[in-house]
Amino acid sequence: MNLLLAEHIEKQYAHHKALDDVSIAVQKQSVFGLLGPNGAGKTTLIRIINQITAPDKGELFFNGEKLQAKHVSQIGYLPEERGLYKKMKVGEQALYLAQLKGMKKSEAREKLKIWFKRFDIYSWWDKKVEELSKGMAQKIQFITTVLHQPQLLILDEPFSGFDPINTNLLKEEILKLRNEGATIIFSTHNMESVEAICDHIALINQSKKILDGNVKEIRNSFKKNIFEITFKGNLIAFTNALWTGYELLNTKSDGDYTIAQVKTLSSNNPNELLKSVLPEVEVHGLQEILPSMNEIFISKIKEQNNLQHG
Amino acid sequence: MGKIGIIIQREYFSRVKKKSFIIMTLLGPVLMAAIMIVPLWIAMQDKTVQRIQVIDDSGLFQNLLQSDEYNQFDFTPINIFTAKENFYSTDYNVILYIPPSIIKGNYNVQLFYKKQPGVSTEMFVRSQLEERITDMKLFANKIDVELIKKTKTKINLSTNKIEEDGKSTQTSTTVNMFIGFVGAILIYIFIFLYGVQVMRGVIEEKTNRIVEVIISSVRPFQLMMGKIVGIALVGLTQFLLWTILTFTIYTITYTVFLGKVDNKIEQIEKIKQSQLEKGPFNAPEEIKKMDSSEVIQIMRGLKQIDFVALFLCFVFYFIAGYLLYGALFAAIGSAVDNEADTQQFMLPVTVPLILSFIVAQSIMQNPEGALSFWFSVIPFTSPVVMMVRLPLGVPIWQLATSMLLLAAGFIATTWLAGKIYRTGILMYGKKITYSEILKWLRFNS
Repeated sequence: MNLLLAEHIEKQYAHHKALDDVSIAVQKQSVFGLLGPNGAGKTTLIRIINQITAPDKGELFFNGEKLQAKHVSQIGYLPEERGLYKKMKVGEQALYLAQLKGMKKSEAREKLKIWFKRFDIYSWWDKKVEELSKGMAQKIQFITTVLHQPQLLILDEPFSGFDPINTNLLKEEILKLRNEGATIIFSTHNMESVEAICDHIALINQSKKILDGNVKEIRNSFKKNIFEITFKGNLIAFTNALWTGYELLNTKSDGDYTIAQVKTLSSNNPNELLKSVLPEVEVHGLQEILPSMNEIFISKIKEQNNLQHG
Repeated sequence: MGKIGIIIQREYFSRVKKKSFIIMTLLGPVLMAAIMIVPLWIAMQDKTVQRIQVIDDSGLFQNLLQSDEYNQFDFTPINIFTAKENFYSTDYNVILYIPPSIIKGNYNVQLFYKKQPGVSTEMFVRSQLEERITDMKLFANKIDVELIKKTKTKINLSTNKIEEDGKSTQTSTTVNMFIGFVGAILIYIFIFLYGVQVMRGVIEEKTNRIVEVIISSVRPFQLMMGKIVGIALVGLTQFLLWTILTFTIYTITYTVFLGKVDNKIEQIEKIKQSQLEKGPFNAPEEIKKMDSSEVIQIMRGLKQIDFVALFLCFVFYFIAGYLLYGALFAAIGSAVDNEADTQQFMLPVTVPLILSFIVAQSIMQNPEGALSFWFSVIPFTSPVVMMVRLPLGVPIWQLATSMLLLAAGFIATTWLAGKIYRTGILMYGKKITYSEILKWLRFNS
């Protein structure tokens, strides 16, 4: 079941086309990664989902219904460029933003207390935002985004500005929210975090969607049949064993062990590979190397850009 | 409460709670009162009797200088040197030395003092001497001094308005002008002060980057209107507090200083009434004099103005004028990244406002001319210009046209500003030009 469905979205600005026939489907209770280089059109798409701007063409559905004004209270949005009123007190401000999302003041206050205690920032309630560090302000911003328990959370580069400890805390919170039933659209350049938390992705480049699907399936479909073998023994004997049907990409030694990356040329069967090398060396580990999202990202975008310019 | 209400609330309370607001609100009337009271107080302080020792070596002025309540001339036949030597052992405040050379036309006269005498004393002495010398010169040329004095005339022009139904009321043009002008200045300042606050507020939200979070919850138009209305309420609060405080201070000053004048008017009216029965020219000289005195005229003028109607009109122009310009200021704020970039867009907004202020001054010359009419009907200038005209009396149809056009004007500018605003607030790091803004107006987002 899809929580959000965007079909054939187009958006034209005065000087350029921001989105060209982009469709995405976001499954309920999943983390959906919206990837792409700067200026690809991610923010425009997010703004359209948030009903900040309207698309020129295409339709959006939320929970099967046509996306409309009442859905605003079901969406929580953390923009990439974010901020708070500097002169306003933290608690007051969080209450204000919650009320704008349609929460009652008393209800918002109760929930805020719980979140503030959980993040261990309850003592900041009466501080002005300008007295806080950037990381502290980010935490408050995150709380105000999720406070009204939206069905859909849209997080644009949520980790920028966080230190590793808080990044981890946030990752855990995001996964926890998903497990509790929330659906999350997650826009980022940080490919490591994509592999760690995204279930599905869509890659947008130059206003067009160029790739989408399940993260594991995508990585599998992009695999180049490379295996990493860790062994003890003679490197020359190992090399000789891979004389036909294999390509030895590189080797490095790690104490008594040698780690080698081997690309299979004919069959992609790790058993065949093992059979070839077992008589020669003592194998300690074998692992298939899947391409990282980062590699896929770069190669796909280069491919498209070359198509356009070549 | 609707979302726009929540926004209005925040805009209002975040400003009203500021220390600067509280200080300004309290200080305003105190400053105004000070402007009213301090000159009065100073004038009273000045009224110590100056005893002037006159040493007239020319012999021309013997006992010709006339003392008044506060300046007493005292002719002494002693030498100026002895006088100066003994100055501190006498109780004279000032020595006036008239040297003999004055006969030959060298009009240098000296004043010596222990403590600087007031300007009024200096002026009094100078005018006394000048008058005497003028008299002497007239006399020397065989011109009748008394005749000259009789030809000097002072006219008291009392203005009366005759309505269509023949009812006549005495008005005071000067007072009406003054009141209208004060109203106009207030509107002018209010629009500028709070219009710029709207603009700053928009820029603040934009540079803080909170705007995107907010417009994912409310429509940009709601945010803009919430801000404009919230700030308007701040202005009205401040104005109301100022009025109440100033009125209180005014009432106190009025009863203390001007109560007597009020009594006199009643007295005169009563006497006039009884005199009318006997015949118009039998009024005692004193009463005639009092009737035409300026203070009485002003007080009568004040009593003639319909303050309730005037106040209601003022509030309308105050609010509508502000809304018209407030929306434009919001649009400017949305189009720029920081306050320094506002200059180029401020010009077309401030020009009509400043123009209306300039026109307001020339309208005083001709309150019912074509210039007055057009500028008090065009929405961009009407709030200020109409205020000047109002106490002088404006035909109802003109007032109605002006108000209707102003209402239409602020709906139009708000609509236009809304279109600029919703595109502008999401634009960063780009120098915005007029042609860019025109594109925003044409492309719907």
